[in-house]
Amino acid sequence: MKNCEYHQIDPQAPSTPNPTLPPPINANKKVIRARRKWQAFPGRNRFYCDGRIIVARQSGVLPLTLGLILVTSTLFFIFDCPFLVEHLTSCIPVIGGVLFVFVVISLLQTSFTDPGILPRAGPDEAADIERQIDNAGSSSSYRPPPRTKEVLIHQQVVKLKYCFTCKMFRPPRTSHCSLCDNCVERFDHHCPWVGNCVGKRNYRFFYSFIVSLSFLTAFIFGCVTTHLAMRSQGGKGIIFALQQSPARYPLPLIIFLDSPSCTAIELVVCFFSVWSILGLSGFHTYLVASNLTTNEDIKGSWSGKSGSEGSRNPYSYNNIFMNCCAVLCGPMPPSLIDRRGFLPPEEALPAATEIDLPSLEAKNDINMCRQGFRDLSPPVPL
Amino acid sequence: MVGLCGTTWSTQIVSGLLDVLYSELATAFNMAETHSLQDIRQQAAIAAKVFIQRDYTNGTVCQFQTKFPSELETRIDKQQFEETVRTLNNLYAEAEKLGGQSYLEGCLACLTAYTIFLCMETHYEKVLKKIAKYIQEQNDKIYAPRGLLLTDPIERGLRVVEITIFEDRSTGSGR
Repeated sequence: MKNCEYHQIDPQAPSTPNPTLPPPINANKKVIRARRKWQAFPGRNRFYCDGRIIVARQSGVLPLTLGLILVTSTLFFIFDCPFLVEHLTSCIPVIGGVLFVFVVISLLQTSFTDPGILPRAGPDEAADIERQIDNAGSSSSYRPPPRTKEVLIHQQVVKLKYCFTCKMFRPPRTSHCSLCDNCVERFDHHCPWVGNCVGKRNYRFFYSFIVSLSFLTAFIFGCVTTHLAMRSQGGKGIIFALQQSPARYPLPLIIFLDSPSCTAIELVVCFFSVWSILGLSGFHTYLVASNLTTNEDIKGSWSGKSGSEGSRNPYSYNNIFMNCCAVLCGPMPPSLIDRRGFLPPEEALPAATEIDLPSLEAKNDINMCRQGFRDLSPPVPL
Repeated sequence: MVGLCGTTWSTQIVSGLLDVLYSELATAFNMAETHSLQDIRQQAAIAAKVFIQRDYTNGTVCQFQTKFPSELETRIDKQQFEETVRTLNNLYAEAEKLGGQSYLEGCLACLTAYTIFLCMETHYEKVLKKIAKYIQEQNDKIYAPRGLLLTDPIERGLRVVEITIFEDRSTGSGR
């Protein structure tokens, strides 16, 4: 309605009175208050809580993961715990509760932590590297200079590749994630279940998530099996146990759910989860013990398949205990992207000059989500 | 005009914008005072930038190359430069050291489901503050008088140590 009015009053309105220009409005507000660096972040990430929380662009199946964990655990606490507390011990809900809390916290930390994103090179730095590459390759005039650099790490030759997106030579063990469009240090893999890359900074959270989840699923599976076994012992076998309906649960729950179907749901979910999660935990335990990443293991960088013979992992301490300590208990590196820092005023200034026209029709635009508009806003190249 | 709300709001925006533009102009023409050392330096013309790259011979620990760049030959003593880079390397090694304190921190964090990272400052962050102070001190004492400026590597993602070389305008700077 406001737009219609505006058109009628001023037929010579600017040709683009569409809400494709809202971000400059938000940038305008920020110019007065200075923009934070996360608002000009070039990678494909989303930020919440004013830059405190970072997630990948696609959340993948994170809601499904959370949903499965929450639903299964809730069903467990409602339908199995009372029976087991009565017949076995009251430690069961306590252990279950502790594991559940651990799992959820580790999952959220894995999803919302910066995995070790490397900020892209600034224009001066990129130009300097280009110059070095040109100098190095000036002898061969027929082909472009190779964009790799070889370094010697613990007497092992390691090739560093040049990243065209981030305009720098990738440090060792760093890889560029195409989903997030960032270079991530000690890149393990991009996990869709968690909705984020797993890298140097959140590998320990990821590992504790899968280990505690395997304990939780095994625990719930065991408890549910015990529950069914105990019920079937008292009655006429397992079918009878599954057919029993609970008399003491509140009416709404009985209408929508009943104990046998819940127990069956839990059993099925846990059965399939236990094997896959246990397998994954085992695999990552092997990786931790040999100080490898999933990426290196898949590519066979150090096993001699693709490399020369005698190539060994130069990052390993050749001691399982040391490797585990280094990977899981090492110092927590800081985030390199400084999401909540402020952009220098010169970078905020260009955004100010773009807002002359839209400033008059911003009433609707202010209400638009200021966090998801990274695509539309003209990001100032860092 | 659009409407009462729109008018008031747009006036606020425009006046706010004018304030910002004025302060930017003031800064550019040196009218506003209280500049930090870095602001003053930015008024001087930047002749060149030198980037000290990372040294990966010891793995992925943060170390910088101590090779003396040729652009700095006329500006600073080689010993001085190497001393600075070596101290920085030692500080970063201290931050990433696998020792008793880091293990304690790691184990405690694991037991509390890593929630202590939300409230506690990690050992690494404490050392980063020390590094920032050291760089500031080096800039004030050694590099600024010679028309150079060290940038803290953390601002460049721990990839490079950026040294900005300013044009030498002063008459007697010990060339």
